Amino acid sequence: MKTNESKMDEKKFKQVSRRELLKLTPVLALGAFAIPGWQEGLLKKGLGFSDWAAARLFRSGHLATTFEDSEVAAFEKFPINGYDVDDPGVDLENWSLTVGGAVQKPGEYKLAQLQALPRVRQNTRHVCVEGWDVIGRFGGARLSDFFALVGADTTARFITVKCADDYYESLDMATALHPQTLLCYEMYDRPLTREHGAPLRLQIPTKIGYKQAKYLTELKVTYVLEKVGYWEDQGYSGFYGL
Amino acid sequence: MSGTVVEIIRPESKGGEEEESSIVTGRAVYEHPYIVRFCHWVNTVALFVMVGSGLQIFRAFPSFGAKIPQKDLLHWPKAFAIGGWLGGALQWHLTFMWIYVGTGVLYVGYQIFSSNYRQVLFTPRDIPGVWPMVRHYFFLGEKPPAREVYNPLQKQAYTTVIILGVLSVLTGIAVWKPVQFSWLAWTMGGFHWARVWHFAVMWAILFFVVGHLVMVVLHGWNNFVSMLTGWKRDPEY
Repeated sequence: MKTNESKMDEKKFKQVSRRELLKLTPVLALGAFAIPGWQEGLLKKGLGFSDWAAARLFRSGHLATTFEDSEVAAFEKFPINGYDVDDPGVDLENWSLTVGGAVQKPGEYKLAQLQALPRVRQNTRHVCVEGWDVIGRFGGARLSDFFALVGADTTARFITVKCADDYYESLDMATALHPQTLLCYEMYDRPLTREHGAPLRLQIPTKIGYKQAKYLTELKVTYVLEKVGYWEDQGYSGFYGL
Repeated sequence: MSGTVVEIIRPESKGGEEEESSIVTGRAVYEHPYIVRFCHWVNTVALFVMVGSGLQIFRAFPSFGAKIPQKDLLHWPKAFAIGGWLGGALQWHLTFMWIYVGTGVLYVGYQIFSSNYRQVLFTPRDIPGVWPMVRHYFFLGEKPPAREVYNPLQKQAYTTVIILGVLSVLTGIAVWKPVQFSWLAWTMGGFHWARVWHFAVMWAILFFVVGHLVMVVLHGWNNFVSMLTGWKRDPEY
């Protein structure tokens, strides 16, 4: 490659070198992340962009892998993660789910009404944001079937839930309508135990664990999201689809 | 254009006569095009943040087994991690991953379309030159003559780390989106193993970084400056 050989005097060479060095100054823009007043906003934007991309990657017809019964972890080895208490003391006898928002038939729904819907049982992987994962067996009604029962407006954008332990969460409509998204009342073919969210929890194989709220008491279909979720309001991703 | 060679001269006018002559004071080669240098430094920062925040994420569950019972593998000190807590680290990780991937794609794309990859890509004809370099570095053998910007061992290291960079992204995608990219996670043995590979690839990259820094120190100032200005003064070849 010596075809480009030429001469350059010392002064000119220094000039050229300095110009090339100065061309790298845009790299210093990354320093914006070190400015205390900007850091939080920039990271929030970055996380928001990741969530935007994640929502676009979600495919309604794509199912999460299901597993053989032999691959399911033993019930005792299924971790219990609560944000506050393992048992918020739900009155299981008199429990009902309060349904509101953009639905034709708002009101109180009993567990028996949910159990009357087609029961889905699935062995799927539960992934925690901490990094661990476990294959469990879950049973319940499809959220989409429940939407048909209550006459939910599926052109609305979000579903919000409230829980007996003051936890709260939200879901995008596409995920809510996914065939593996369950209003779960069973684990390992038995009614949910209190630690696992009795009597009703969300079970969503296409979402990270903290989106799958336990001890549900209220479900709302909505166009506008006021609060995203308990952990999201501390700084976690709002979409976190798997 | 990379590969451009110049002779650096000091013009001298000889007293009285009109003719000018010059003294050659050195040579310089333009080794690193702008895009390569830009990507190198932005990616360096991004890699630093990805590793630091990744280790903070790992702190949340420092294990690769089951949650019950949890057997911790490594207690990484918080002082050498970025983000302060899991949520903070995820913000850093999910922000800088775009910068990391962006500069990686720009670099590889530029190398291919500019044909500059020939400078760095390890090919079968470089194989015979590897052992003499290893002998030189590790067993005090004679230094083989330098003929190009990178010697065969350098090409091998740089080509390997590019592949590791690609693997860090692929394993990362499998950890981030194990359902949407279930086929990708499947090639790695599922989500659980994808997380293991992601961690292993990080250490492999860090191993390269340590070696890279040692070589930068050993090879001196002119070599380091070339990654800033593009020009290497007084190259060995």
